[in-house]
Amino acid sequence: VTEEPAATVDATGRLCPLPVIELARVIAGVRVGSVVELLADDPAAAADVAAWCRMRDQELVTAEPTADPPRYLVRRLR
Amino acid sequence: VSGYFDAATAAPLHPAARAALEVALEDGWADPDRSYREGRRARLLLDGSREAIAAVLGARPDEVTFTPSGTVAAHLAVLGALAARRQRPRRVVTSAVEHSSVLAAVAAGTDETTTVGVDALGSVDAEAYAAELGAGATLACLQSANHEVGTLQPVAEVLAAGRERGVPVLVDAAASLGRTAPPPDWDLLVASARKWGGPPGVGVLGIRTGVRWRSPGPEDAHESGRAAGVVPLPLVLAAAAALEAADAERSSETARLRDLTERIRTRLPELVPDVEVLGHPTSRLPHLVAFSCLYVAGEALAVELDREGFSVSSGSSCSASSLTPSHVLVAMGALTHGNVRVSLHRDVTEADVDRFLAVLPGIVDELRRTAGAESL
Repeated sequence: VTEEPAATVDATGRLCPLPVIELARVIAGVRVGSVVELLADDPAAAADVAAWCRMRDQELVTAEPTADPPRYLVRRLR
Repeated sequence: VSGYFDAATAAPLHPAARAALEVALEDGWADPDRSYREGRRARLLLDGSREAIAAVLGARPDEVTFTPSGTVAAHLAVLGALAARRQRPRRVVTSAVEHSSVLAAVAAGTDETTTVGVDALGSVDAEAYAAELGAGATLACLQSANHEVGTLQPVAEVLAAGRERGVPVLVDAAASLGRTAPPPDWDLLVASARKWGGPPGVGVLGIRTGVRWRSPGPEDAHESGRAAGVVPLPLVLAAAAALEAADAERSSETARLRDLTERIRTRLPELVPDVEVLGHPTSRLPHLVAFSCLYVAGEALAVELDREGFSVSSGSSCSASSLTPSHVLVAMGALTHGNVRVSLHRDVTEADVDRFLAVLPGIVDELRRTAGAESL
C-alpha cells in the first residue's frame, strides 16, 4: 500500500543538518498519523533521518537512499 | 592550561620526548647501519628505543618495526599478512568501525571481506566476531578501542578465538596505547607515536615471532626488510621516551582524565538540549568523549569552539571538505551531524573542561537560532 504523503520536503542540494531541520519544520505542520516525504541527496541524510526519528519518536516508514533523488517517508506519531 | 582537545589526533609532545629529542639531535643523527663510531652510537640509541617500546608492548625487540606513521604501519600489517599467504580466496574479517587506514588496506589487499557490525554504543560483539573466524578467514582486524567514540573492543576474546582457529589477529592499538593497559598477546599490532605524546612521523608495526608476514613492497635493508627507508632516529627516540613516560603515568592520568571526561558525559545532557553522548559509558578510553548536537553543523560548531580557544575534531560531513559522514557514526546509527570529539591529555586541567562546558551551550543555542531550529 503506497500512502499519499501529506507534504513533500525537497531538500536536494542542501547539506546536513538542513534536510533534517526542514523535515522537522514541515512535520510539525501535518496531522499526527500522516506521512511526510523527504527528498535529500546529502550523504548524511540516510543516517541522520533515522537518528532523528529515533530521537523524536517518529516513524521512518521507508528509506530509499539509493533512489534518484534519495527519498524518505516519515510518519508523525506524536 | 590548554584548550587543545584533540589528543586523539595528535597529543602535544610529552616533556620526556622533548628532552630525548635534544639528546638524539646531538648523538643520533648518523646512520645506525654504519659501523663507524657515529653509526655505532646511533645504533645504541635505536636499539634502546626499540627495547623500550617492545617492553611496553610485551614483545621482543625484533618484533617491533618502526614506520613513518600509524597509517603506513596499518597498510604494511594488512598487506604483509596477506602477501605471506597463498590461500585463496583471502578473506579478511574487520569490524565496521575500524580506522580508515585499516579498511583501505583491506580493500586494497582483497575482494573478500566480512564486516562485523556494532551496537548503538559502538561495541563489537565478541561472539559474533568469533563466529566469522570459523570459515577459513585469512586475517582478522580489530581495534583495541574506537578512535572516534572511545568504546573498548573485545580484543582478548577475539585473539583467543583467532588462536583457536588459526587466524592471525591484527590489533589496531593506535587509539589506546599509552592510555589503557597494552593489548594482550597480539599477533600483529599497529600504533602511532603522535597519539601517545611522541612526535609525528613514527608508527609502530608489531609482528609476533612465528606470525607469517612478507613485505608487500620492494625489499629494503632497513628495519629487517619490513619497512623501507632509514628510520628517523631522533623522532623514534623521542617516541620511546614519551611512551615510557605515558606508561609510567598511566594509572594516575587515567583516573584524572576519566573524571574529566565523565564530567562532560554527565553535565552535557543537562546543559544542552538534544545532545547525544556517544560510545560506551564505562568500557571506554579514559581521555575521549564524543557527542552529537541535533540541528547543528559539526563544522560550524568546531569553528565556533576554535574561536573560544578550543580545538576539537568532528566526524560530521556538513562541509565541502568531507562529503561523507563518519563510517563509525553511521555504523552505530548515531546522529552524524553536530558531532564533536573531545580528547584530553596531561596538560588539560579541570578548569579547562569547566570553561568548555560554560561556552558550549551558548554556541549550540546560537547555531540553532541561526538555522531557525531553536524550537523544533
